[in-house]
Amino acid sequence: MTVLSRSLRVAESEAIAYRRTWRGTVISSFINPILFLAAMGAGLGSLVDSGSGELAVPYLAFVATGLMAASGMQNGATDGSFPVMAGILWRKNFIGAISTPISPSDIIYGRFLWAMLRLTFVLVVFAVIAVLFGAMEIGPALLAVPPAVLTGLGFLTVITSWTVTQKDGLSLSTLFRFAIVPLFLFSGTFFPISQLPGFLQPVAYVTPLFHGVELVRKIALPGVDASVVTSIPMWIHFAYLLTMVAVGLYLSTRLLDKRLRP
Amino acid sequence: MTDTLVEARGLTKRFDDLTAVDGIDFDIHQGEAFGFLGPNGAGKTSTMKMITTVSPITEGKLTVFGLDPTTQGRSIRQRIGVVPQEDNLDLELTVSENLYIYGRYHDMSRAEINPRITELLEFAQLSDRRDSTVEPLSGGMKRRLTIARALINDPDLIILDEPTTGLDPQARHLLWDRLYRLKRDGATLIITTHYMDEAEQLCDRLVVMDQGKIVAEGSPRELIEQYAPREVLELRFDDEQRDDAVIKMDGVAARSEVLADRVLLYTDDADDTQRALHDRGVHPEQVLVRRSTLEDVFLRLTGRRLID
Ligand SMILES: Nc1ncnc2c1ncn2[C@@H]1O[C@H](COP(=O)(O)OP(=O)(O)OP(=O)(O)O)[C@@H](O)[C@H]1O
Ligand SMILES: [Mg+2]
Repeated sequence: MTVLSRSLRVAESEAIAYRRTWRGTVISSFINPILFLAAMGAGLGSLVDSGSGELAVPYLAFVATGLMAASGMQNGATDGSFPVMAGILWRKNFIGAISTPISPSDIIYGRFLWAMLRLTFVLVVFAVIAVLFGAMEIGPALLAVPPAVLTGLGFLTVITSWTVTQKDGLSLSTLFRFAIVPLFLFSGTFFPISQLPGFLQPVAYVTPLFHGVELVRKIALPGVDASVVTSIPMWIHFAYLLTMVAVGLYLSTRLLDKRLRP
Repeated sequence: MTDTLVEARGLTKRFDDLTAVDGIDFDIHQGEAFGFLGPNGAGKTSTMKMITTVSPITEGKLTVFGLDPTTQGRSIRQRIGVVPQEDNLDLELTVSENLYIYGRYHDMSRAEINPRITELLEFAQLSDRRDSTVEPLSGGMKRRLTIARALINDPDLIILDEPTTGLDPQARHLLWDRLYRLKRDGATLIITTHYMDEAEQLCDRLVVMDQGKIVAEGSPRELIEQYAPREVLELRFDDEQRDDAVIKMDGVAARSEVLADRVLLYTDDADDTQRALHDRGVHPEQVLVRRSTLEDVFLRLTGRRLID
């Protein structure tokens, strides 16, 4: 068996398990976009747009693109944390797998493939909902999917490599409280980075979700001006997110091997 | 090729400064049931994990099917079945899905797996549970399912780490019966256990491990003959009489062990010994005569009881 076929077997097992648990994830995949777009976009947006009107695009389009990147982050971070700890400690499906020809790196690659599929699905749903809200045309909305998926994969891999070094599940909630939630709020999702106090702006430039949000906007809302996006070239966002994926994969395969085969 | 499936020389496993397996040698042959007997922390699981290639060896030599676990782990795992000490069935899946996924991991096609699942569920007496989730199964059922799962790839070597620990006697006997069948059909088994009766029942040959070392090796019969006289007298005394009796009994039997709740006398002839006790004026409250077991061997070898 090749690495690819072994990874596909792992992805298949994830899919089989997902058949049992998908109902729980429907809430976050379908309901959350609707709630956020309704509250932030339609509600808050009408206030913003009638205000000083500094944004070059309707607030609904601004926030929908930001939320798609953030949804990538949220889903990637979730996939990289609790199910990984479960595979090691609670559900122990990783432990079961490695006494077969599957090895820890196959688990990482297989989960990566599965997450790619799931993220794509979740974000296409998001894009369609955004279109229904009138935030974007269908074309730009679908263009926003790949960069948002890439954002999700960056978080998935980096957080997986961190999770496998953690003793138990306690630190995982801390991660969400002190890293994911602040990133969600201050990475340009809801307001342009330029609105942050000057000394905080460089901090935002090095955080990962910022690059995801910028990349989504630069691809899905081409030609927007400096009121919406920074002048950082697109390839830097790409390089940043691809580096996350590469480093995350490299570390998580090695660290999971250490963890599962002491 | 010889018929040696597993060969270990000076096999060692260290965790930082703790030596879990301390330079052990053994050979396991095709078609035999080989036991590792020992108390908690003896190093049984550590040894199994090295054989199943999920734990790198620290030192020494180990081959499985003549292959090197360090570089050919995947080829080894393709041909073995593993029943781990701690159940790791996927509780989120059904009984048949657990088997299906393992089959897929072993590169089997759907068409190969499905009839195999039917066959294995029959073997494990779980046919009527095929589509139920794993969670509500009893401990014995879970264990049988784990064994069925280990057999999905028709392995050449089956490794069972404490297959019956924690099961009630009825569940244990049912499981033993399944393992007999595997043995009868020519499977090679490696079994670790705390239980003397299990080792006596199932193993053709075994090693006794203690603190990472092998302290004895042989068939159950050989070990009993070598390390424990034929019969055992188990004596119970009143608390006041006990110390006095222990002094009076000195030298009456080939060997004696004073335990918290009783005194064991090892002898080749229990009747003789009982007469001698009477002559010395020793009157226990209760006397039990039994044949010596591996438990006695273990006590002799390590000075400790297996399960306390
Ligand atoms: N991953 C690990 N890290 C550190 N020490 C370990 C690890 N695994 C096992 N040990 C230690 O190695 C020693 C041998 O453990 P092992 O599990 O092999 O014993 P065992 O004979 O299987 O015991 P039991 O009958 O309780 O299952 C113990 O002292 C144990 O604490
Ligand atoms: Mg053990």
